[in-house]
Amino acid sequence: MSETRLETQGLSRQFGALRAVRGIDFKLDAGARHALIGPNGAGKTTFINLLTGVLPPSQGRVLLSGRDITDTAQAERVKLGIARTFQINRLFRGLSVLENVCIAVAERVGAAASMFYPAGWRTDIIDESMGLLKTLRLDDVARHRVSELPYGRQRLVELAITIGLKPEVLLLDEPAAGVPSAESHIILDAIERLPQDIAVLIIEHDMDVVFRFAKRVTVMVSGAVFAEGTPKEIETNEQVRAVYLGQATQRAADA
Amino acid sequence: MTDVAPAANPAPDVALALHPAARDLMRRHRLRWWEALPWIVALGAYFAFPDYLGFGAELLVAILFALSLDLALGYAGIITLGHAAFFGTGAYTVGMLAFHDIWTEPITSLLLAALAAGVIGFLSGLVLLRTKGLTLLMLTLCTMALLQEGANMAHDYTGGFDGLPNLTIAPVFGVFEFNPLYADTQYLYSLGVLLVCFVFVRTLIYSPFGQSLTGIRENILRMHAVGSPVRRRLVICYTISAAIAGIAGGLWAQTNAYVNLSALDLDRAATVLIILILGGYGRLYGAFIGAVAYLALEHFLARVYPTAWQLGLGLLLVAIALFARNGILGLGDVLWRRFGPRHTAS
Repeated sequence: MSETRLETQGLSRQFGALRAVRGIDFKLDAGARHALIGPNGAGKTTFINLLTGVLPPSQGRVLLSGRDITDTAQAERVKLGIARTFQINRLFRGLSVLENVCIAVAERVGAAASMFYPAGWRTDIIDESMGLLKTLRLDDVARHRVSELPYGRQRLVELAITIGLKPEVLLLDEPAAGVPSAESHIILDAIERLPQDIAVLIIEHDMDVVFRFAKRVTVMVSGAVFAEGTPKEIETNEQVRAVYLGQATQRAADA
Repeated sequence: MTDVAPAANPAPDVALALHPAARDLMRRHRLRWWEALPWIVALGAYFAFPDYLGFGAELLVAILFALSLDLALGYAGIITLGHAAFFGTGAYTVGMLAFHDIWTEPITSLLLAALAAGVIGFLSGLVLLRTKGLTLLMLTLCTMALLQEGANMAHDYTGGFDGLPNLTIAPVFGVFEFNPLYADTQYLYSLGVLLVCFVFVRTLIYSPFGQSLTGIRENILRMHAVGSPVRRRLVICYTISAAIAGIAGGLWAQTNAYVNLSALDLDRAATVLIILILGGYGRLYGAFIGAVAYLALEHFLARVYPTAWQLGLGLLLVAIALFARNGILGLGDVLWRRFGPRHTAS
């Protein structure tokens, strides 16, 4: 159970004078359900970008199941089992929902470099993708272009693509952001139904989601880990309340 | 299988593979009846317009060149304004081999043209494809300009500004001679080369590799995030595209029996881009429609209004850019969707 999947040691990233992420030591175990919270600009997305290899770190290391992947390219890390969703949808908007998933599955099974037979012959890929859409209840729109779907369902496609990669570590960057609250439960249900052994790290602003979903919570402030603990510990932590939860209510009051 | 609506009985497990979306993907690569039309028309034209076969060969070369560009620009989304670099490389490969009496067999010459252009495409692609957008555009332009200036300066080999005239090309299969006055061999030979290249490109487009190129065009960041070796794919695609452009250039040199610096000209690179935009990029037959439309228009307008025929072309392009983003074929799509027969499922 508590086998470490993803680990960072002193992970830092600077943009000029701005220290966006400073010296983060972090561990994500197999089967973890871990939430990462913090005010805007705390460096959460930068941290995800360091984990996935979109950005190289200024200092520190990233380890996947004990193996140093700090210098491993983004695409390689995906092959090793790290997948992510984006805060803002990054989809193949002009293609059908099914094709979106097929492209991801074809990459995973190593078919995507084949040039001399039609993609339509790989019924295994199409079947698997279709099955995945069924579990996310997207099969009724499988034929639609992604750009024709409402935003909430596009978020589900984003999730479907990622699950199609069969990751060991799944990083979800505000999966329900921008989704009307009436639809967000579909996404949360889908996340709860993920295979148990996947390690999941979720960035989320909605505290209800965090407390429902996460078994552990890390609070980031100004690029550093401010607190870490069970949801209950975080909820009752006075400093966190002052710095983050209080700030959130403060902002809500200002608005 | 296609006639009964599947909506009525969703027997879930059995129906999985028969879902309309899955069925679409499984059948997409199949030949449709109308795909025979261009070839029937091309063969028909051979008999119907024996006096225009020279023009016809020129048209076929333009189609092939546009097809090569479609692979890079239309499918992989590589924005290039320098595709004539590969056309010219192919043309000069064939031209120099023939002019200096080294090699005149036409088919192997074309393969050498493809090889030379492919090598240039691979080497430049390794560097160029690290960039994107305007930088990429300028670098493709620079590559072409460098090659053109190189061809201009290497006078002893390339004939410099005068080019290489009066090339002697050996007969096709050792039998069919290239007759400068009557272009029947040129026409059928070009048609054959186009057919072979088209089958290759079509196979490629519908393959998993082609699907991943489409993914790169649609969202390159997402492709990185699904673990695709994006740059490698782009370099491979660019190399293949360059090789086919090289074949087009070699074909041009063979059918015209000369090579000059216009093979490497910006004018040529821009023309092929216009052809593709006119016909519709990212769709195999855009190259065909665009080349026919462009050359027919050039022919027609130049006769009616010899001094300013490009004005008419310019106006047409403005209209296409404003009202038919996906070219003539895209326009056809819109009309088909509006007035064509209704689909069973939405």
